[in-house]
Amino acid sequence: MFIPHTQDETEAMLEAIGVKKLADLFTDVPEKYRFPKLDLPEALTEMEVLAELKEYAGANESVDDLVCFLGAGAYNHYVPAAIDSLLRRSEFYTAYTPYQPEISQGTLQSIFEFQSLIANLTGMEVANASHYDGATATAEAGVMAYHNFRGKRSKILLSEAINPQYKEVLCTYMCGYENIHIESGSSKQDPFTAPDSLIPQIDGDTALVLVQYPDFFGRVYDLTALAIKAHEQGALLGVIANPTALGLFKAPGEFGTDIVVGEGQPLGIPLSFGGPYLGFFATRKEFARKISGRLVGETEDGQGRKGYVLTLTAREQHIRREKATSNICTNQGLMSLAATIYLSLLGKHGFRQVASLCYQKAHYAAGKLGKLKGYKLVSSTPFFHEFVLQCPRPVSEINAMLLDQGFLGGYDLSKDFPTLKNQMLLAVTEMNNKDQIDALVETLAEVHND
Amino acid sequence: MTEPTIYELSSTGRVGVEYPLPDVPLTDFPVELLREDLPLPELSEVDVVRHFTHLSSLNYCIDTGLYPLGSCTMKYNPKINEETARLPGFAHTHPLQPAETVQVNLALMFELQEFLKEISGFAGVCLEPAAGAQGEMVGVMIIRAYHRSRGDSKRVKMLIPDSAHGTNPASSAMSGFEVVPVPSDASGNVDLAALKAICDDTVAGLMLTNPNTLGLFDENVLEVIKTVHAAGGLVYGDGANLNALLGIARPGDLGFDLMHFNLHKTFSTPHGGGGPGSGPVGVTKKLIDFLPTPVVAVIEEGSEELPPLYGFTTPKQTIGRVKSFYGQFGMIVRAFTYIRMQGPDGLKKVSQYAVLNANYLLSRLQGAYVLPYKRRCMHEFVLEGCWADAPEVHAMDVAKRLMDYKFHPPTNYFPLIVHEALMIEPTETESMQTLDLFADAMLKIAEEAHTHPELLKSAPHDTPISRLDEVKAAKDLVLCCWIPEDN
Amino acid sequence: MKIQPTLKYTNSDEWVAVEGKTATLGVSDYAQDQLSDVVFVEVSANVGDIIKKNSAVATVESVKAASDVISPVSGKVIAVNEVLSTTPEQVNSDPFGAAWLLKVELSDPAELDNLMDAEAYEKYCADRSH
Repeated sequence: MFIPHTQDETEAMLEAIGVKKLADLFTDVPEKYRFPKLDLPEALTEMEVLAELKEYAGANESVDDLVCFLGAGAYNHYVPAAIDSLLRRSEFYTAYTPYQPEISQGTLQSIFEFQSLIANLTGMEVANASHYDGATATAEAGVMAYHNFRGKRSKILLSEAINPQYKEVLCTYMCGYENIHIESGSSKQDPFTAPDSLIPQIDGDTALVLVQYPDFFGRVYDLTALAIKAHEQGALLGVIANPTALGLFKAPGEFGTDIVVGEGQPLGIPLSFGGPYLGFFATRKEFARKISGRLVGETEDGQGRKGYVLTLTAREQHIRREKATSNICTNQGLMSLAATIYLSLLGKHGFRQVASLCYQKAHYAAGKLGKLKGYKLVSSTPFFHEFVLQCPRPVSEINAMLLDQGFLGGYDLSKDFPTLKNQMLLAVTEMNNKDQIDALVETLAEVHND
Repeated sequence: MTEPTIYELSSTGRVGVEYPLPDVPLTDFPVELLREDLPLPELSEVDVVRHFTHLSSLNYCIDTGLYPLGSCTMKYNPKINEETARLPGFAHTHPLQPAETVQVNLALMFELQEFLKEISGFAGVCLEPAAGAQGEMVGVMIIRAYHRSRGDSKRVKMLIPDSAHGTNPASSAMSGFEVVPVPSDASGNVDLAALKAICDDTVAGLMLTNPNTLGLFDENVLEVIKTVHAAGGLVYGDGANLNALLGIARPGDLGFDLMHFNLHKTFSTPHGGGGPGSGPVGVTKKLIDFLPTPVVAVIEEGSEELPPLYGFTTPKQTIGRVKSFYGQFGMIVRAFTYIRMQGPDGLKKVSQYAVLNANYLLSRLQGAYVLPYKRRCMHEFVLEGCWADAPEVHAMDVAKRLMDYKFHPPTNYFPLIVHEALMIEPTETESMQTLDLFADAMLKIAEEAHTHPELLKSAPHDTPISRLDEVKAAKDLVLCCWIPEDN
Repeated sequence: MKIQPTLKYTNSDEWVAVEGKTATLGVSDYAQDQLSDVVFVEVSANVGDIIKKNSAVATVESVKAASDVISPVSGKVIAVNEVLSTTPEQVNSDPFGAAWLLKVELSDPAELDNLMDAEAYEKYCADRSH
């Protein structure tokens, strides 16, 4: 199968090494623990394993079977066929991190293009080669802010309206830094307060102010005032952005943001039950050396030909060891390639079109649902493709009924925000057509009448 | 040959994908919040496909040939993995779907947890960490949480052998530990006397890669572990080199307290040009409560008619969440596929042949290259890429010259304790013929180093581009495409 | 390798020039040679900072390595060489002159007694090159 040796070859190799049998190669292993019997199921052939996994996968209900109105950090978008076709080129997916630039220009140039596309999309000057996902990119923003002030500023100020999982991951990462604490917007009872409500809490000890755009509830705010106030106190402003929204709305860079991070899954990456996804990280050029993770830079060879290399590597763990500001080794190479192809294919027009379709369909759905008896739209601020619906009953009950009718209902906000009882976060994308939205409205009306 | 950037290829007005027109009544946009310019390129689908196909042709990859990067385990990536991970029932499931609609995902994750427990000899596994480096960070956090839970706050030191990967000290520092290097002895083992001298009640743990980055199985591993345990510390196993141990020895049996796995090294998931990886963590019983959240568990036992009900649980004293959702699920499906196809005997064979291949290559290269630690190796070995009688030639030159012979070079300049290191890991998936061709090339290069050193210094000659100016890249720092004016 | 006869040296390859109560710090020619092409210099201490002996005051980076500059003296920082952030290559071309890193007003001149003179440093460097 994947081990090509014939019996004769194995014997010839053993002889060259000077041992009699394979077991003789392992005499350094303590005898008592050598060659344990592994209690694992016996091997299957490829034919059998495929049949087994097809059966497994078939037992799930996917977004192909259910009409999806669920988002909350992972979004059901159309993935054009060309993306997977290119990702399946083994020149891309069976290569390693491009340590040898002469034979890795394909990977290096595509990362360079990824950096460029992300910088342009976010309105920033530089972007790195990616992080694991939006949550870890957010955590890395915290780490960078910490190092930017050399540990002298101790506060990271968080909006309540950011993805709760991102907040958790940030907290996990920052717990190794003894002198930093994470402060949430003070209005704990009301997660819906606007980002500007953070302003009174920004002080000279604040390293980073972090908000989401659109926020976790889908709302879009102008962040200019927040940026000004953060900078007045010498703090950095970090924005967690949904990339699809940036096809339509102002780039965070336009507000004077210092760091933009986010989840790149909406850019041509399948839902895949939560991973692999893609974290992106963009900032201003003055912070380029403080970015954790890989960076690709343009240069030339001895003959003056343009080429690309991993650059600023002296900051990284393999050289700086414990003095490195991050332990990152790989990035999400193949996923950043997916996003690069997606943004190239859709381009200026297609990407704006997707963002507009999401906006229009979400607003149509919100308009209809808000008028339903027993339901209410919770916020009147501008929103992108997600919105909060106040329901007449607990969301878990409503979702169970929706599931019976073939719908994947919205996210139950009471899971993370105890005060948001009966509130559902719905996401609508270009994948939802009018009939599906109308059917959802009808079904929810029935739920209330039941 | 160079390929223009995606921005240079852009032509105003081109579109690569068309979307249906809106089928709903339109709502006004909030004009004051809209962006004016969207600086993305404009290309047709053909432009895009050709561009990335051209780029792909500039890469070397496993499907091209041997990729002997030490400690990276560049084994062949079975094609079936790519099929199973893309089955719509897996690839098109939303992570927040009700658990009852994705029981199979949970079952598969549970099974992989069980497989990894059995392979490693640990009591608990969490699949969440996104890569080896993150798995390591999780391990270090678990060590800290464990000591703290016992009120033992004076353990501030993390011991790390000088042969370790740079991620070990970096992960330790990120979690607030003071890093204390442990020297290696003349045989490439942990220097036991030095270790004993450092071990006291301020030691939180030791991060041990075994076999280490020299490809050597520590001959005193049991004693090393005992020493750290006697001082009250925990021993972390860096799973980077697990490909040498499948069915050979279980780290849990040897006394390790926790370790991470690299699904992308040991269990054949593709490296993707630098990710996605996947770095699950395994722990002994006393550390289970500290694992990241969530882990998959059986919520209700099954019966003869009904399968068990699986769900996510949060360990009691969890260190918290380290990424969104549950791990690199697509990689989990691939690794599951691989382990199912290997079975217990197949996995043992993987390590046996990985070690056979490394020792065979070593037997062919020893002599022409200096072997600093003269011992039988495990799945990889380290040579010196320099010669006293060819002073101008460095390991980097050997590496670059290998490209002219159509091979990917070994890892260079690592581990740091070997002068001009060339770290070679052939993996089990290479045939004797391929190894012979590689050895022939290496021997030829050793000869050239003495007869025609300029051939090495100016290599590679036969690649799409020659050696690049890294100083210029770092100084000028061009990190984004130049965008043509009219775009 | 060049050695400046009038300076004092540390075993981590910094040099110190003393004029009255003021010490000027930089990295030696041996250090720049080991680093190869320097691409980045960052002095992390600011004018007015009180620094302690053995604290890291700057980072010097090449494409292959990065090195922390450790101050062998304590005192108040009175000047920082800002020019190096845009011309890091001066560390290679003129390590003992234009590439000075910072000036410190000494709080404990006795700390200088532990440093090597040029002769001792030359021997120290020779012992390390094998």
